[in-house]
Amino acid sequence: MKINILLFGQLVDITGTGTIVVENMVDTDTLVNSLHQTYPELSHSKYLISVDKKIIKTNSLLTDNCTVALLPPFSGG
Amino acid sequence: MKSENTSYERYQRQIILKEFGEAGQQKLLQSKVLVIGAGGLGCPALQYLAAAGVGTIGIVDDDVVAISNLHRQPLYSTFDIGYSKAAIAKSHLSKLNPDIQLIAYNERLTTQNALGILKKFDIIIDGTDNFASRYMINDACVLLDKILVYGAVSQFEGQVAVFNHKNKNGDTPVNYRDLFPTPPKEGEVLNCAEAGVLGVVPGIIGTMQANETIKLITGIGKPLIDSVLTYNALNNRMYEISLSANTPTQSLIPNTKAAFEAMNYEWLCSSGNTRFEIDLATFHQLQNNPNVKIIDVRELNEQPLPTGFDFIKIPLSLLKEQIASIENETVILFCQSGKRSLQAAEWLFDTFGESKKIYNLKGGILNWINHPSTQ
Repeated sequence: MKINILLFGQLVDITGTGTIVVENMVDTDTLVNSLHQTYPELSHSKYLISVDKKIIKTNSLLTDNCTVALLPPFSGG
Repeated sequence: MKSENTSYERYQRQIILKEFGEAGQQKLLQSKVLVIGAGGLGCPALQYLAAAGVGTIGIVDDDVVAISNLHRQPLYSTFDIGYSKAAIAKSHLSKLNPDIQLIAYNERLTTQNALGILKKFDIIIDGTDNFASRYMINDACVLLDKILVYGAVSQFEGQVAVFNHKNKNGDTPVNYRDLFPTPPKEGEVLNCAEAGVLGVVPGIIGTMQANETIKLITGIGKPLIDSVLTYNALNNRMYEISLSANTPTQSLIPNTKAAFEAMNYEWLCSSGNTRFEIDLATFHQLQNNPNVKIIDVRELNEQPLPTGFDFIKIPLSLLKEQIASIENETVILFCQSGKRSLQAAEWLFDTFGESKKIYNLKGGILNWINHPSTQ
């Protein structure tokens, strides 16, 4: 099972890349925990999570080849 | 020539669009739009809305034009440096389109004046540059039931959305707190002064805010209601995320005028921690003491580099790894604006506690640069 992850803004500075592909993540909580272990600085960052372009508010099941986006707030104007 | 004819000629190229027409122009001329922040986002939004014939435009900004604004705020000229943005913007825009009414509010938007100003307008455009203002404006729009056209930028990316607009299904309108219920703390997210921004990025995002506003007023197209669009200038990628209202976040928004006026948005967005802060005078006293280490926690390539005192560079991203190597009794931390160095001070305190004197230069190197008399 393949999951595509898109990162935006300062999150890219943490991961060093705007796209990550991971395997076998059953739900968004598992995915986020795994990302926080790989990139500890992510756990200090605020971001919203979407699955296939829809914002999610609670743990959500992931499906093969779905896209999870992590979008941080921007303040600049 | 009669003014009606010149008016038609001015808008002729958009009136001949069949979706827009005379009716669209009349709607624009009768509309009232408030642009909060006449900066990187506000300038293009103001220029296109004034040019398109939005009948009444309010401009809120208490700042003056600075030379570092000009790369992304081409509404202003080099001759405008030091003058009120709101007043200068009004002056330039009235020459662009003398037929519309422009109202300059040369004041900072606060919980005390926000409701009074916002209620005079139909659509609010957020072109501000800080979270305290963004949350305040969002909450004010929810309280007053005003449509909010949101835009924000960071480095090479931007976000646009239309908030607080009822959709066709009559669902609860989405607002900014449905994306990010509470503000980030200071230093968590860098602003333009710290992270930098390519000038065209707010130009593009601010123009998109003007576009959404024109679509909302004239009823054409599909505005970004209940969705947020991101744009990346480096790879030209756009990504749209559909949003939904989040009931628990509603309790975070003040539901009366009195509750709104009692909110302290600056505090919500600050860490509330000033105990490490030192002012410039104290900084200059301390910097020559023995056993003082001054540390720049900005990334290695960040400018400007101060002169006149010794310092070492340990970027915040590497600080935790190198924290044990800091041996001096007194440590003064600085960054661009004082936010990241506050985070650094907290980390040092977690490690060393009271065994070291830990200080954070208030306002960062930008404050130091702006006060040459103390250097």
